[in-house]
Amino acid sequence: MTDKKVSENLDDKLYKLKYKTDSENHLVPDESKCLQCVEKICTIICPANVYNYNETEKKMTVSYEKCLECGACRIACRHINWKYPRSGKGVVYKNS
Amino acid sequence: MVSENKTDVIVVGAGPAGVSAAVTIARGGKKVILVERGNFAGAKNMYGGVIYEHAVKELFPDFLESAPVERFVTSHSYMLLDDEQSTTITYKNHKEMQNSFVAIRAKWDRWCVEQAVKDGVYFVPDTLVNKLIVEQGKVVGIKTDLEEYFADIVIIADGVNSLLAQQIGLRDEIKPKQTALGVKEVIKLPEEVINQRFGLNSKEGAAYELVGGPLSGMLALGFIYTNKNSVAVGIGACLEDLKVQKIKPYELLAKLKSHPSVAALTEGGELLEYSAHLIPEGGYNAMPKLYTDGAMVVGDAAMLVNNAHFEGTNMAMISGKFAGETALEAFEKNDFSVNMLCLYRKKLENSFILKDLKTYRSVVDILSTRTSSFLGYYPQKVCEFFDIFTTADGIEKRGKFVKFTKDFFRKRSLAELFKDGISAIKLVFGVLK
Repeated sequence: MTDKKVSENLDDKLYKLKYKTDSENHLVPDESKCLQCVEKICTIICPANVYNYNETEKKMTVSYEKCLECGACRIACRHINWKYPRSGKGVVYKNS
Repeated sequence: MVSENKTDVIVVGAGPAGVSAAVTIARGGKKVILVERGNFAGAKNMYGGVIYEHAVKELFPDFLESAPVERFVTSHSYMLLDDEQSTTITYKNHKEMQNSFVAIRAKWDRWCVEQAVKDGVYFVPDTLVNKLIVEQGKVVGIKTDLEEYFADIVIIADGVNSLLAQQIGLRDEIKPKQTALGVKEVIKLPEEVINQRFGLNSKEGAAYELVGGPLSGMLALGFIYTNKNSVAVGIGACLEDLKVQKIKPYELLAKLKSHPSVAALTEGGELLEYSAHLIPEGGYNAMPKLYTDGAMVVGDAAMLVNNAHFEGTNMAMISGKFAGETALEAFEKNDFSVNMLCLYRKKLENSFILKDLKTYRSVVDILSTRTSSFLGYYPQKVCEFFDIFTTADGIEKRGKFVKFTKDFFRKRSLAELFKDGISAIKLVFGVLK
């Protein structure tokens, strides 16, 4: 299975989830650190593929609305200001 | 004003640990508020596991009458994977009472809170606690998005990430080595199909642990659980290993799901829900300080998980109960300081919780140094052995077994085999000593 195919599959999976999207982003990486970061582990470790780095624009995009609130990025990278979505917001699991 | 915003105990987090603490306190006649950031209890929760009856019975003795049990686990399978083959050992029992059952957290956690509310717990969903309020080194309350609220005791049950325990210095930043990332898919299948595929009747359930194959070379296990009308398939993989080996968790799960032996169990099903959660893996060595003046830490927030046995929900519930009992004693003596709350740790020490965590304190460390063998090479070799054992192809057996034995030692140097042997001995004696 190719990388791309699995990533597309992931979006289909996330699409099935219920979210109460917060209007405020709760995941704020320190972008000055992202510029120097070689590894960009957040783009790999996140189970919802929230983080994407655009090499040409040198910009990290954070699709916080897809976040599953697991905290993997917070522990793998020390340069993300990581909070929970505000009261009652974020993912709502029903069958897990 | 302050008196209106004050209660006896605040419990932060309505998972199994939090609800157990809250209900114990309410039954003891104290006022308790149970705060939950999700829309309902369980909305943020997922697990790769089961609920244990011994723990539930201590909190909700009559649970069988109304609890949302999916299936009782009657069949435990251990599946050793190679790329295209698998060897499975299944333990089945036919006892009248089972030891554990599968439940869906959105239903189970919610049910627990409903029982707690009946017993007097005041439940407040949709409320994120941003901070603990600390005055002169003592925890005195919580700060939410909207207001400040005060209590004599705050019980911290905010889960594996426990930002609150960290805020007040009870625990350090967790390291990637001390957590596993769990990702899971719940796949809808008709009840009869599940019964047929897993050899169950409608009340019976199956639990699988999977080792090797796509998960080789890292500290990772797969799991499969049967709900009534769905099957959960997932992995728990050490965050450090995912990080170092640069593996995307959903790709690893996709690989496991496409293994023919796994695919056969979920074939034709429709995805109901994908989810992810961290699992505390550090065990005894990674435990935070469990109490301070005015506060106690319970469940995943206290890293109370015995991962070798997939036990966590039971430790959560019983630690919550102990914290609740300790709180009640604290009210009796009117002492909310560490002098009193250390009783909570003593209760944990005298129970299976800290005894087991102590016993298993080095298991993960030892395993993590030998993942390529214990969780890769040996499962593969078992499958290869059975391949030879079961194949009739007109070629004499002796030559095949000689080659298998030679390969076994050639592909794994004597030094490595020796280290594996030492580790195996350490594992056994580490547990028995």
